[in-house]
Amino acid sequence: MVFGTGDTAVTALSPTSIRMDRGDFLALVGPSGCGKSTILKLVSNLIQPSSGLVLVGGKEARAKELRIGMAFQNPTMLPWLTIERNIMMPLKIVSPFKQTYRKDKTGAFRDRVHALLKQVGLQGFANHYPWQLSGGMLQRSNLCRALIHEPDLLLLDEPFGALDQFTREELWQIMQDLYLDRKPTVLLVTHDLREAGYLANRICVMSARPGRIISDEPVTIPQPREIGMIYSPEFVEMTQGLRELIAQVRST
Amino acid sequence: MTDSQRIRLLSTSLIIGFFLMWELLCIILNVSDLVLPRPSEILVTMWTRFPVLWPHILQTLYSTLFGFSLGVMIGVTLGVIVGTSKIAYAVAYPLLVGFSSIPKVAVVPIFVLWFGSGTTPAVLTAMVICVFPIVVNIATGLATTEPELEDVLKTLGASKTEILWNVGLPRAMPYFFASLKVAITLSFVGAVLSETVASNMGIGNVMMTASSNFQVSLVFAGLIILALMGVALYAVFSMLERRVTGWATRGNDIAIT
Repeated sequence: MVFGTGDTAVTALSPTSIRMDRGDFLALVGPSGCGKSTILKLVSNLIQPSSGLVLVGGKEARAKELRIGMAFQNPTMLPWLTIERNIMMPLKIVSPFKQTYRKDKTGAFRDRVHALLKQVGLQGFANHYPWQLSGGMLQRSNLCRALIHEPDLLLLDEPFGALDQFTREELWQIMQDLYLDRKPTVLLVTHDLREAGYLANRICVMSARPGRIISDEPVTIPQPREIGMIYSPEFVEMTQGLRELIAQVRST
Repeated sequence: MTDSQRIRLLSTSLIIGFFLMWELLCIILNVSDLVLPRPSEILVTMWTRFPVLWPHILQTLYSTLFGFSLGVMIGVTLGVIVGTSKIAYAVAYPLLVGFSSIPKVAVVPIFVLWFGSGTTPAVLTAMVICVFPIVVNIATGLATTEPELEDVLKTLGASKTEILWNVGLPRAMPYFFASLKVAITLSFVGAVLSETVASNMGIGNVMMTASSNFQVSLVFAGLIILALMGVALYAVFSMLERRVTGWATRGNDIAIT
């Protein structure tokens, strides 16, 4: 993947190949600027590859065969809509929900939003506006919006990056519950090795720019995992290994 | 007393104080009412001549609002076209700036030439004068939409129209309303201007006739009526603005004119 042209062209991604199976929870870690977010944008069709193919559900990403949900580091709630309407937005855009949006937005869809809000501990905030909520609460709403249309593929771009430690750990647990509950295919981009280890069942490590995959290992600890597990020796050993790997590729 | 009450009180006293000062200065300096009539005289004229003034007030209001509505429709359409496409923005801007730099007084004779004197040139002048601020504000609102907000819908596979309806236009609303407040007062200026030059109806015409008959207090009565109408319409649009774009005006205002 090359950005720009001529002298200013930047090769963000070397020829890279990753394959994900249905129901995978894959975490992508690596030094900053290695092209992690580029991969997400390619999969979500926000950008087109300069060469090669992105296949989603066996079709080119452009074809939009699969329902995709996405959450960025920045919650990007629309400030003129209530939390409820913000979360409902995918239902207004994505088939088959958009056909009945007018009819269901005050009925079935609303119940659905409220159920999801309850699951992330935000009951009672449906009619608040985004500016009335804290960063952690916005990020929970953001997860709700990414999941409301029951996507087959969930793309997470450091969604917990800007939160404090306690909120982050709390959201990890919520994320794990939501994942185990629905089993979508998840691609998580993160800087946080513990986050990757706690949530994912497969971790890919990328090299410095131009990025390529240098390690692709499964996480063998069975799910659901306890949050205290991140202090267990076997977990620390695994994250330590990843850490050294990344430190190595940064220095070369 | 809350802050907003205090502000309202101060605002009212400023207005009353202004007219009192005017009245007092006229008496102390013994100013002739042919030069500057006292506010009390103007008030009396307004009251006694009201039956005659009323149809003219309606006429001016009609021309202004009609022209303004046309201006809003054209302005919004052009603004959306210019704001959604980078190429249209770049291509159309010089022409738009050129149009907006033309002094609007200069177009009145042309409208009179085309449509004769009367209501039509007043409506058209009111329209022409208010289009530009609306176009610029809508276009700016659309063009400055955060790409992150659009990405949310793009990843869902939304079409361009869906993005415009759900992100672009709501995002541009505060800009639109800010421009409406400017546009409505400009429309007034346009309508009255045209009435002054080429009409036998409307407050502009009343003031012109009164001035040539040396009915100075009637001229001032016209001015004050215009000011009152301007304030009233401005207030209407401020209220609408607060209703529709409350999310954006939590204390601070956006306005590009």
